[in-house]
Amino acid sequence: MPDGEVTPLGQSPTAVYRGRFGEEQATRLLWRAGFGPRPGDPERLAKLGLEAAVASLTRPAGPARLIGKAPHDDKGNPLDPINVWGDDHCWWLDRLVRSDHQLIERMTLVWHSWFATSESASSAKLMVDQNWMMRRNALGNFHQLLLNVTVDPAMLLWLNGNTNAKGYPNENYGREMLELFTLGQGRGYDEEDVVQNSRALTGWTNNWSQTKGPVDFHFDQQLHDYGIKKIFGHVGRWNWRDSARLAVTHESHPSFFVNKLWGYFVGAELPARTARELERAYVSSGYEIRPIVEAILMHPLFYEGPRLVTPPVVWTAGLLRASRQTITTTSWAWVASLTGQVLFQPPNVSGWDYAQWLDTSRWAGRLEAVNTAINRPLQGKTYPYGIHENNTEAYEHALDFWGGIPLSDLARNHLLNLGRRISHGQTQKWEQVEFRQLRQNALRNLIPMTPDWMTA
Amino acid sequence: MSDGADSPVPAGQIHCDGFARSQAIRRVLASGKPPVAREWDSRMPIPAGVSLDRRRFLIAAAGGIALVYGAGRAGLTDPMLGDGIAQAATLQKADSPILVSLFMQGGLDSLSLLAPAGDPLYEKLRPTLAVAPGVGVAFREDPSLTWHPSATSLANLHNAGKVLVFPGIGYSNEDMSHFTSRHYWEVGATDASLTTGWMGRYLDIAGVAGNPFQGLSLDGQMNPLLATAKNPVAAIDQPNNFSVWVNGVWGDASDWTLESASSLGDKQRNSHDPAIRQVARAASEVGVVRRTLNPWTNGPQNSADSSGSKNPAAVYGGSVTYPLSSGDDLPARLAGLASMIAAGIPLKCVALTTDVQFDTHSSQPQTFDTGVQLVSDSLAAFQADLEARGIDQRVIVHVWSEFGRRAEENSSDGTDHGAAGTSLLIGSRVNGGMIGEFPALSALDVNGNQRVNVDFQGVYASLLEQWFNHDAAAIIPGASKFHRYKLLA
Repeated sequence: MPDGEVTPLGQSPTAVYRGRFGEEQATRLLWRAGFGPRPGDPERLAKLGLEAAVASLTRPAGPARLIGKAPHDDKGNPLDPINVWGDDHCWWLDRLVRSDHQLIERMTLVWHSWFATSESASSAKLMVDQNWMMRRNALGNFHQLLLNVTVDPAMLLWLNGNTNAKGYPNENYGREMLELFTLGQGRGYDEEDVVQNSRALTGWTNNWSQTKGPVDFHFDQQLHDYGIKKIFGHVGRWNWRDSARLAVTHESHPSFFVNKLWGYFVGAELPARTARELERAYVSSGYEIRPIVEAILMHPLFYEGPRLVTPPVVWTAGLLRASRQTITTTSWAWVASLTGQVLFQPPNVSGWDYAQWLDTSRWAGRLEAVNTAINRPLQGKTYPYGIHENNTEAYEHALDFWGGIPLSDLARNHLLNLGRRISHGQTQKWEQVEFRQLRQNALRNLIPMTPDWMTA
Repeated sequence: MSDGADSPVPAGQIHCDGFARSQAIRRVLASGKPPVAREWDSRMPIPAGVSLDRRRFLIAAAGGIALVYGAGRAGLTDPMLGDGIAQAATLQKADSPILVSLFMQGGLDSLSLLAPAGDPLYEKLRPTLAVAPGVGVAFREDPSLTWHPSATSLANLHNAGKVLVFPGIGYSNEDMSHFTSRHYWEVGATDASLTTGWMGRYLDIAGVAGNPFQGLSLDGQMNPLLATAKNPVAAIDQPNNFSVWVNGVWGDASDWTLESASSLGDKQRNSHDPAIRQVARAASEVGVVRRTLNPWTNGPQNSADSSGSKNPAAVYGGSVTYPLSSGDDLPARLAGLASMIAAGIPLKCVALTTDVQFDTHSSQPQTFDTGVQLVSDSLAAFQADLEARGIDQRVIVHVWSEFGRRAEENSSDGTDHGAAGTSLLIGSRVNGGMIGEFPALSALDVNGNQRVNVDFQGVYASLLEQWFNHDAAAIIPGASKFHRYKLLA
């Protein structure tokens, strides 16, 4: 986290956590508002206290810095996110690992899932452009973000906004904008509103280049329907800007926004009173995102509520941060598909399902990710620990490899048992030499796979 | 691997080669793995506890799998096998019914699948997308309709009496949101708050606590249809595509490490914290899946190419030709499923989703034609595979989509979300033909969509009662108020 001065936060609009803010709480904050702790981070953050710790994330000083070695592919070449398959995923994953503006990256990921757009409809270039747009607006103003998204080229292609024209409506964006982005299914609009909203959104188009594909996205007056529309009871000659304004000023929007945002950060249900307080603050700020994020990150339920499964890409970045590594292989792109989360390829327009990240198949994918993070398992010659290393020391060494994040006694004892089994199973003399490597490699494999390490 | 099968005879012991080999094979048999072909010799005595049938089965090309349940009973010392899968395999009769659900995601355009080709109203609504008269097979029950030419293999299957078509299926007050409508079909009720799939609720009552294969997703991840409240279900990609390994760990230590991960999951699978529970259950069920699929993942099939350049049936020991497709593994998934059913894996409900997304808002033919062709050809091959293996009486495939599409095409050579759609039931025992009727284009609803005449909840209730012989009222909310249809011949 940056050491520079941070602006003090204003008065939170809702309840603030008053319990102990130690390393345990700091670790949860780092997993949920960033991409997991680097070694030493929890201690440093805990010393700041809750408010300054949150401010260091929500109000980072200066431009983002990327800490550590630049990413490269397996041959040592720089990444080419625009032209090489999978490099786009690795390019952003690298920012998740190395950026000192951790919450900005985390919020960019939130918007990527909220306004889920897939590169399958456009190109890596347009997706990376969209990614920068979302990063610039990560903690900014939701109304502005919605305007930007509505006419973003990747989104225009993804939900057919570029072929929605006067007399030839295409409802794809007009519907999802209300259902998934601003109001929620069935919350204060009907089918006719979808039709009329789609008319308001007409006019955007693009040209096609033989070499570059879709280019030159623009508003064409000829294609816009200038007629009168009635949206949510409001009658006028509405256009795309009006469409966005009518959506965010709809009475269902603040509760949709606050609930959805809360769900990305907190495992407990949003209490009705907190909801009202956050909605009021959101509306009175003119749809600013940062004050609501700050209030959520300081809320008692953030620290006292149940754990959350860490999303695959967050957990993967966390593996690299904890073990002080950066991107040295583009295998991360296909490993990501096994874990169930490839950046720039959400499963559909509703984004990833944050309620269900694991099943047998994606669990196996996560183990593949650990295998990849342990790219050089310990061999005889490289074994750094002495011949007298006992079972408990072996466990501590493996824990240190992953940044020293402690596990519950249940998991610790379980892994100590595995260590003992491996050491007892080796009876031949030559096996005695190698069992310590096997034990250390096995413990390193299992620590990030424990339910403790995979949740925060 | 470290089961010792390939180890040289340790110094100080004197064995002949034959004994070493038979010991090796016994060890392999006990572990539930198939013997490697070069080790097997039909003249060798059959290990105690292995029936003659099993032995013949072993020699067959598709062998191995049954070891887990048959010969592998010697391996019932394994707690999970003993408590779970093997028990389920014993309880599940060889003729127990299996229901396979194939979700054609995105909202399939049923007006192209079964087209009123030549109808002037149809051609007016679909100036660019209309199916031309005469290009596809005529629909047997309604001569005004034509199958899309991409669906010819389905049409042939229908003419053979093995496809039951619902040309106007859905529910009242159709929701045109993908997510809501799909959810309704998945949970088996027009209820947004249900969190278990309709198949999952069936498995909670009719399934057991130790057999995740009773509900198998072939999507590479959990399929919501199978979401249970208590009993485990499994998700795999293809049977030979589930492998787990630990980097830098080998021999027995590798197995112990993976067992340790799963047994930690066993300990925490009822944790009070839902997030811990989610991870723990996945880890626990990985242990079961790993042991059960061992013959596939470690067997000779593993080296075979199932990515699309070879007939996937050959990979799984079948004799039927599936369509070749690079990039879309639907044929391989279905071929793998046929081999799993043949091997006696205790399946009840299987769910899979097409890779192709049929949400054709633009350039519809590009997606629809190739997508429907692949699905139709794959389903026809699957049916033929089941017949060739003699297990077709046990299987019904339900094909569905979350809604149909707007009768009038849009300006992008595509179609927007609609209401009534088409659903299919496929199998040797279905009541081939049509239920309901094609919803007239002259009587569209207020949104310009085709009207529903069969409620999917009634079809689910009928499936539960007729196929699973189970009370629908316990599974489908308000089951009594839905019509029942005669689904079986």
